[in-house]
Amino acid sequence: MKAAIVVFPGTNRERDMAIALRGVTGHAPAMVWHREDALPAGTDLVVLPGGFSYGDYLRCGAMAAHAPIMAAIRDFAAKGGHVLGVCNGFQILTEAQLLPGALLRNAALRFLSQDCFLRVERNDTPFTRHWAKGDVFRTPMAHGDGNYIASADTIRMLEDTDRVAFRYVAEDGRMDEGDPQLNPNGSMHAIAGVFSENLRVCGMMPHPEDLVDPLMGGEDGKPLFTGLVEALVG
Amino acid sequence: MSAKVSRPVDEALAREFGLTAEEYGNVLSIMGRTPTFTELGIFSVMWSEHCSYKSSRAFLKTLPTKAPWVIHGPGENAGVVDIGQGLAAIFKMESHNHPSFIEPYQGAATGVGGILRDVFTMGARPVANLNALRFGDPNNPQTRRIVDGVVRGVGGYGNCVGVPTVGGEINFHPAYDGNPLVNAMTVGVARQDRIFLSAAAGVGNPVIYVGSRTGRDGIHGATMSSSEFDEDALAKRPTVQVGDPFVEKLLIEACLELMATDAIVAIQDMGAAGLTSSSVEMAGKGGVGIDLDLDHVPQRERGMTAYEMMLSESQERMLIVLRPDRTEQARAIFDKWELDFAVIGHLTDTGNIVIRHRGEVEADIPLAPLADQAPVYHRPTAPALKPQPMEPIIDPVGVEQALIRLIGCPDLASRAWVYNQYDSTVGGQTVRRPGAADAAIVKVEDTEIGLALTTDCTPRYCRANAKLGGAQAVAEAWRNITATGARPLAVTDNLNFGSPEKPEVMGQFVDAIAGMGEACRALDFPVVSGNVSLYNETRAPDGTSQSILPTPAIGGLGVLEDVRTAVGLEMPDGCDIMLLGETKGQLGQSIWLREILGAQDGEPPELDLAAERRNGDFVRGLIQNGTIIACHDVADGGVLVAVAEMVMAGQAGCVLGAPQSGMRPEAFWFGEDQSRYVVAVRDGQALATLAVQAGVPCRKLGRSGGQGLTLPSGSTISKARLLAVHSEFFPRLMDR
Repeated sequence: MKAAIVVFPGTNRERDMAIALRGVTGHAPAMVWHREDALPAGTDLVVLPGGFSYGDYLRCGAMAAHAPIMAAIRDFAAKGGHVLGVCNGFQILTEAQLLPGALLRNAALRFLSQDCFLRVERNDTPFTRHWAKGDVFRTPMAHGDGNYIASADTIRMLEDTDRVAFRYVAEDGRMDEGDPQLNPNGSMHAIAGVFSENLRVCGMMPHPEDLVDPLMGGEDGKPLFTGLVEALVG
Repeated sequence: MSAKVSRPVDEALAREFGLTAEEYGNVLSIMGRTPTFTELGIFSVMWSEHCSYKSSRAFLKTLPTKAPWVIHGPGENAGVVDIGQGLAAIFKMESHNHPSFIEPYQGAATGVGGILRDVFTMGARPVANLNALRFGDPNNPQTRRIVDGVVRGVGGYGNCVGVPTVGGEINFHPAYDGNPLVNAMTVGVARQDRIFLSAAAGVGNPVIYVGSRTGRDGIHGATMSSSEFDEDALAKRPTVQVGDPFVEKLLIEACLELMATDAIVAIQDMGAAGLTSSSVEMAGKGGVGIDLDLDHVPQRERGMTAYEMMLSESQERMLIVLRPDRTEQARAIFDKWELDFAVIGHLTDTGNIVIRHRGEVEADIPLAPLADQAPVYHRPTAPALKPQPMEPIIDPVGVEQALIRLIGCPDLASRAWVYNQYDSTVGGQTVRRPGAADAAIVKVEDTEIGLALTTDCTPRYCRANAKLGGAQAVAEAWRNITATGARPLAVTDNLNFGSPEKPEVMGQFVDAIAGMGEACRALDFPVVSGNVSLYNETRAPDGTSQSILPTPAIGGLGVLEDVRTAVGLEMPDGCDIMLLGETKGQLGQSIWLREILGAQDGEPPELDLAAERRNGDFVRGLIQNGTIIACHDVADGGVLVAVAEMVMAGQAGCVLGAPQSGMRPEAFWFGEDQSRYVVAVRDGQALATLAVQAGVPCRKLGRSGGQGLTLPSGSTISKARLLAVHSEFFPRLMDR
């Protein structure tokens, strides 16, 4: 699998993502500067990592969504390419309208850096194939603007078409949108991640790339990456 | 020209700038004429307490700074130690106390930004941030505002630049009501053959300005930090700088990219006193002169004077001396990162700093006397008041109730509310996050090396006995690093005290340094960098002023050759829980005494540095060979609090046996005797045998297992109850 990590000014989790990808592919992913206008030839997966692109001084991800590289990423996605956006990357994908919805300030108006539990809502996608449907895994989250919101119509569409990728839940899988212990940032329907219509673009707020090594506390995030490799190698 | 500049320079103006009559006399004799307004500004900031260390320098020199693993000690932007495999850890702690009272968010944020620059300016990628915070009485209405702003500021800056905040400490005490302490520490890693220093060299070499543009913010910030607060402190808000962590992130990446080339001769960040201190120090250290033309300085406001530009403390700026033929190569890198880049001068052989602006020479000062004749004071000292002797103790509540109150009290309650606002995992190298071990553990990327990092000080001990308190702060940092299995290497110190013009404060300062020096020598734990913050006073409307508790905060760094050997607090089931180190049951200045009896009496617990070293070396060896599975040093709150913290950190409970006979239960369980560790081992008897051989006192406390903490009385406190009590304080204070 040839992965390309896009780096914007202010991106800060590109190294974490590179380590996670290197761990499953055995080679370093390409780092692509935001001013490039093309992706490396043969790219199988584009990753928009976390950080504070342009300082997030405007709406998170709003500036990056207009960076030169984004045109190439739109093309890539339109042709059925696989795109993963994590944290600021998810925010950028919503600002670029490659994914529906938006991310507001966390409900408690504070940055949240803690472990959370995510429930896998479907496992027939390249991003989730190494989990079973309903599996719950632990992952760190670290963001100030992760409160997922969309219009009632969009939410209904996401639910009706099974495009919710992950939800914030209790360790036992129980979901309670109104409980800040279980749905820490106040997201609608406790949504932590969503898919595009063709299931090839996935955005999520938490950081599975920071939990891929027992030394750092576990490998709970690793199935995302091993699944992608298996799906995209052939 | 502004009205300010047209003011005549005289002794009265010098006094307004914070110079004494004698200091102004020295300025006149160095210059041989009346200085210009800009020159007076430069003298006043370079000779401020903040920049010149005039009250502290003579004493700082007594601290040990050398060891075979020390590469650069004090005198550079940060300390540098050898961590093996050709790598170095570069670290320092610095205060931003005064700005953080005036404007907590920006004060704390720019504190983090400033210390980051001190570290990456030497060529290191920052890998961890820590902090040491002291706030006033939780019941004081100001405290909530300051805690909120400081925590948001620390997080806002560190999270955005993408450096994990992995550790820290927090105390509350009314003595910090009008003067909180914000001490920020950064640790970076560099190759030993790519460390960058600040001494300028090469007459004719270009002097480059990079980073944010210069504005009028923070003018005279260094002078403000060198005076006491009065009731008008909040009116000083314009002297507080405003941070931009996004630009800092770009600056880190651009500087590291430039540092991978051989273009740089010398580099320094513009910290306190901005362009003045960076240019004066770089040229002064290199024994060269420097000419600057301020017309070329990137500015974000119009009509700035030379004085304003030289004294501005606008953030996120660096000064670089380049090799002459590398300007365009460097410019291309800063263009890529969309940062301002300007050639603003060059090095000369005059030995003077010459400042030009709009064709006029605004300053022309000989550098050698500016540095060499900076004032040094041996201010008078007086012994501090001794604490009241302890009254005979009657325990009014019993062990169980006392434990519940202690783990919920402001100084011991869970800090999760705070550290959950700091990104602790960015970088993907955080092996032990905040609260999981006595020191944070960060892996060095692409190696097996681990760094163990901690910040420590017990101000109430320092007030009762500054010498002992200074030593204890160093010993506790050493102990916290040891308790993870790491080998302690060196410390950075951040000495926060009241006004040095008060003899009893100066006495505390001198004593604390004496104690620190003793401990550093006994533990082979030298001081490699540091910062002094004096005049931490709050003036009341009636004219009296209250000093903070003496707070010599210590930032400690240790190394693990194999990071996988590190242990934390979490214990598995079925272990013997053992106490190593001698217990005398000393309750003087303990948290128990304060929280249960409302007294702050007695001498702090004794510190035997030979025992400290013996016990610590014993524990470290047994962690490294896998005998000790979990470890926690015994600190505030004593043994029972330590065991409760271990239960709360993991899944296993603990069943405790009877306390030491012949000792009151509260003295055994809550006494704060030093140099002790609670450890979990598979075979307590075998450990006891080894301990006897090593001369380390050892006794069994109990066994891990069960669902909660079972006291000798047979009563069990569930883990849920412990956690509930422990985590109540911060949300109750802050989220109401």
